[in-house]
Order: sequence, then structure tokens, then C-alpha cells
Amino acid sequence: MSQNPFPLDKADLLKAYRTMRTIRDFEERLHVDFAKGDIPGFVHLYAGEEACATGIMMHLNDNDRIASTHRGHGHCIAKGVDVHAMMAEIYGRSTGACRGKGGSMHIADLSKGMMGANGILGAGAPLICGAALAAKVRGDRGVGITFVGDGASNQGTFLESLNLAAVWNLPVVFVVENNGYAESTAMEWAVSCDSYVDRATGFGMPGVTVDGTDFFAVYEAAGEIIRRARDGGGPALLECNMVRFYGHFEGDAQTYRAKGELEAIRASRDCLTILSERVIEAGVVSRDELQAIDREVADRIEDAVRAAKAAPLPEASDLLTDVYVAY
Amino acid sequence: MSRKISMKQAINEALDLEMRRDPTVIVMGEDIVGGTGAHGEDDAWGGVLGVTKGLYAKHGNRLMDTPLSESAYIGAAVGAAACGLRPVAELMFMDFMGVCFDQIFNQAAKFRYMFGGKAETPVVIRGMVGAGFRAAAQHSQMLTPLFTHIPGLKVVCPSNAYDAKGLLIQSIRDNDPVIFCEHKNLYGLECEVPAESYAIPFGEANVLRDGDDVTIVSYGLTVHRALEAATALAKDGTEAEVIDLRTLSPIDWDTIVESVERTGRLVVVDEAHPRCNLATDIAAFVGQNAFGALKAGVQMVTAPHTPVPFAPSLEDLYVPSADSIASAVRRTLSPKGARSIAA
Ligand SMILES: Cc1ncc(C[n+]2csc(CCOP(=O)(O)OP(=O)(O)O)c2C)c(N)n1
Ligand SMILES: [Mg+2]
Repeated sequence: MSQNPFPLDKADLLKAYRTMRTIRDFEERLHVDFAKGDIPGFVHLYAGEEACATGIMMHLNDNDRIASTHRGHGHCIAKGVDVHAMMAEIYGRSTGACRGKGGSMHIADLSKGMMGANGILGAGAPLICGAALAAKVRGDRGVGITFVGDGASNQGTFLESLNLAAVWNLPVVFVVENNGYAESTAMEWAVSCDSYVDRATGFGMPGVTVDGTDFFAVYEAAGEIIRRARDGGGPALLECNMVRFYGHFEGDAQTYRAKGELEAIRASRDCLTILSERVIEAGVVSRDELQAIDREVADRIEDAVRAAKAAPLPEASDLLTDVYVAY
Repeated sequence: MSRKISMKQAINEALDLEMRRDPTVIVMGEDIVGGTGAHGEDDAWGGVLGVTKGLYAKHGNRLMDTPLSESAYIGAAVGAAACGLRPVAELMFMDFMGVCFDQIFNQAAKFRYMFGGKAETPVVIRGMVGAGFRAAAQHSQMLTPLFTHIPGLKVVCPSNAYDAKGLLIQSIRDNDPVIFCEHKNLYGLECEVPAESYAIPFGEANVLRDGDDVTIVSYGLTVHRALEAATALAKDGTEAEVIDLRTLSPIDWDTIVESVERTGRLVVVDEAHPRCNLATDIAAFVGQNAFGALKAGVQMVTAPHTPVPFAPSLEDLYVPSADSIASAVRRTLSPKGARSIAA
């Protein structure tokens, strides 16, 4: 095999691919099972956006915190949350990551530094400022990453947090996941500035825009600003331009999209295809190796669904627990 | 002319009729039109559950999609109301009130009083409330007591399509800020609704069922559970009167007290949490003003003092059920229930 031209060694390349494949399979399975009526509630899929979460999370450890969004499954998986616990949560089972009390929009695993998916747009930004403040006070070199959609980037909480993080010089990275839409509304209409880099500049921090379907672009840009934040250099904003492969939530007819748009982005902007072709072409990883991962991941997701369906429901008494630490 | 339509359609119709009648009525919210700036269908969503679908074709730019900035657009609706428009602003889920409450309770609610009676703020904030939709802790709350607490706000929560239409029309015509709470699990429920315009005055409860043995008071979704309970109780010979409050502020004290004076027993049902809610409010009022009429302690049936759980198996236990309401009625009928007031 030829020399590795990538900024990651082969083991890490395979790890990144496995993470992205796991997210994709997890989401596609939910898409199918939701249509069958197996899954209750609102489900927002991250399929198409895997390179963003993965490229960023490769730089983090369990001591680093992330605050996620309503579209949180990908962030969870990339941050190391157990897929069996996630699946069980989405099925409302007692073995779920939040014992069935949170559901898809509130999956959290604090032991992994995953401070929760969030049902309130923009709510993660102030929280991650707090996480970064705690890291700074403790002096443990931890960083905080908050994800925000293009739509939620218009929330006051987000804009106030940009300023606060800059004023307090916090180790925070604000990741704008720009998939072009907030529900059915176009980003181009709803966001008044031309570029998120301008916004970042306005708040006194560096801003970077990358192609969020290119794992390597995300990985490299994130690496630099995360390192900077860790070293006390302060906050930064990273905009990842990307695409969502399914509706805003499951059940969305997506009539706001242009004709042929979905087919086009699936054909040309599939971050998994882009990554696999690059590593195979460079001769660093073989197709067989990737296919072996595909099979392993498919088995894992299948097992997670089987386990979730077989898992016990919460007990009636669970309704009243966990409201306070002590009362 | 009257026909069967859903609560969702009734709300759509009320908005349509008022926009036709009054050019100062504008409607705004997130994706209430949908597809703004995108290259697909116009009016692509008509609201997250399609409540405003089709209005854009009729009223064009008087329906405005907003960026995801509740603080800004709810505040703008309040400001525009203070300057002569009648904005109806949608908060997709009432839970998002957390993001913009200042503009409502420190601004809209207080203008008239703070400014010595000189201001009018005819804004309507409409949004979804309530549990049972598997929407979890941040999309399922019944925050009605929070709004009812604030002087200067009027609070409406219809239980059916007929009331929703008449009350929304009244809300738009009303000269005070109104919080209009739509229970998402009632959207599909149909009943007879006249096609013409009509307004239902605030502060007039609706007696949905007559009975002389016990009074059950509720609003929103749990009205239907109360009616179910009343049907079950009738089989055992207990006749329950069921009162639907319809508006929580102002509230129709007279109808409640008149009924309790006749029945001597009161069960109050509220989907909100048990502390400081409509049930405690009504129980206290009756305790203070109709104590002599009570033959048993007032019973309250509410959601528990917990956030709304996601797991369907838990959420089904969360919302007051017909069974729990019937049990509460039986407690007021038992000798022990009667003793609790004598003791
Ligand atoms: C405060 C608040 N307002 C509105 C919503 C309803 N909502 C949920 S997701 C969404 C669109 C979010 O768009 P974006 O931020 O671009 O994220 P994406 O869904 O594209 O990942 C909206 C309006 C919400 N959950 N919270
Ligand atoms: Mg978006």
C-alpha cells in the first residue's frame, strides 16, 4: 500500500469511517422503523451530516463537553454514547440512555461529556459557555463545543453566547451546522449576513467556513481551532456547510425543496462516499476493509434494535423519580 | 351553515375570517407559511402541523414567516400591537415561551397598567400545549397556570373546534394581550361548527353536562376525560355536572359557584402540575366563597409534580385519566370524603 497522505493514521481513518457509517445506519434504520410505526414521537435524522460531528469529535476526549441540538443522534454517536442505550431511549425503554424519560430529543451521557440533545433551539450555546467556564476555572484544558443549526443561529441565546465567550475568553467552539434549511425555511432568507465568518468577526473571534461533507476539511479546521481554544486562545466559530438527506423530521414531505434537489445532493454530496473514495483512491484503505466495517456496523445496529424491542418498559413508579436530587 | 370540521380547521377559519374583516390583522410565526427563500412549493408547510395551511394563498404577505428568533418576533408582535396592528403570533410550542417570556410578561402584560391606562396591546400569542403527543419534556407542557398568574394577560384554552373558532375570533378582537393555548391532541377532533363568523365572550364557562351530585371543572383535553368519567359514573347512578372553563383569565367564577352550591361536591381537573395551578386556584376560591355548600373536601386531579416523560408507557400515566377523575368523584361521595370537611 502507498504512503498515507492524510492527517490521520490508518487506525484513525478506519475509526472515523466506522463512526460515520454507524451514524448513517442508525439513522436509516430509524427512518424505516418510524415509517412502520414502531417509533413514537419526533425524530430528526442526522444522515448526510456525519462528517461534521465525526471530524470534530475525533479531536475530543471524555473530559471535553458538547451541547447538542434536536438533531443530536450523530453528535451522540461521535462522542461515544452507546448505540444500544440510544436505541433503547428512542424506543422509550428502561435500558435507554435516559431510562426512557428523555427520548430522541434529550439523549445525554454526561460521563462521555455529552450534555444532551436539546429540544429548545439555541439553548446549548449558553450551557457550553458554562461548561467551558468550569474547565477554565478547574484549569483542566477541557473545551466545550456547541452545535447550532443555521436556523437556531438566529436565537438571541446563541448570539449572546458568542459575545459572552469572547468577553470571558472561554475555550468554546461554536459549530454552525448549515444544512440550508430550518424546517422548511431557507437559510439564505433567514440569516441576514452573507457569511458566518462575518458574524464571528463581529463578535471578536475567528470564523472558518468549511465544506461539511468533506471529513478532512472539517477535521483539519476543527483541529486548529480546538487546539487554539485548549491553549487559552479563546472561542471561535466553525461553519460546516452540509446537507440533510431526510426531512426536517420523519414525516416531512419536503415540498420546499427544488425538484431533483435531494437526488442531486445524495449523488454528489454524500460524505460517506466522499470519504471512502478518497481513502481507497489513495490506496491507504481497501474496499474490503470498509465493507468489513459496514457488516460489523449493520450487525451492531440490528442488535441494538432487537435489544431495544426486547427491553423492559419503565416501571410506573419511575414516573415520579429523578425530579430532584433530594426533596 | 354548519358542518363538521376539526379544531385545526376551525382555527384556520377563524384566522381567515378575521384577516378578511380587519386589514390590521397580521399573522406571523416559524414556518407558518413555509418554504420562504427556498426553491420548492410556496406555502410548503402552513405551520408545523398544517394549522395555517392555505392562508398564504388568500392573504399573501400578511402571513409572515420569521427567523428562529422568538424573543425578537414575539416582541415585534407586541410592539406592533401597541402601534395599532392586531398581530397573531404563533409560538409553535408554548414551551418555547421560555425564550421570549420577557416580551410577554414584562412588556405586553404591563403596558396598560404602567402607562396609566393609556396603552392598548391587542396581540394574540397562539401555540400548542399539552401532553400525550410523545413529544417529551420540552414540547408537552401545560403552562396555563404560569400565564394565568400574570395580571394583564388573558388566557384561553378551548376543548373543541366550535369554541376554538369563536374564542380565537374574540381573542383577535380583544384589546388586551391574549395567550391562546391549543391542545395538540385535540387538533384532529371534529364537531359541528358554523361557517359564519361568531365570537364567544371571555369569562363564560360552558356547562357540557348537567348533574346534581357533583361538579367537575376542567379545560382543554381533560374536559373530554371528565365527560368520559361522568358517563361511567352515571351507570352507578351518580350524575356529574361537567363545566368547561374555556377561558382561564378571566374565569367564570359564577358558573362554578352556582354549580357547587347545588351539588355540594367539587372535583377540579387540570393537566398542569399540581402546585399553584387552576385546580388549586378554583379549590381555594370555592373554599373561600362557597364553603357552606360543600359536603366533602374538594378533590383535585392533576398531572404529577414531574416534567413530562417521553416513554409512552409513562406519558399515559402522566395525563389525568377518566378513571382517576371517576375515583376522585367517588372520594367526594364516600363517608370519609364527607368527614374530611366536617373534621
Ligand atoms: C426555541 C425553539 N423554537 C422553535 C423550535 C422548533 N424547531 C425545532 S427544529 C427547528 C428548525 C431548526 O433548524 P436549524 O437550526 O437549521 O437546524 P436543523 O433542523 O436544520 O438541523 C425548529 C423551528 C424549537 N425546538 N425551539
Ligand atoms: Mg438547518
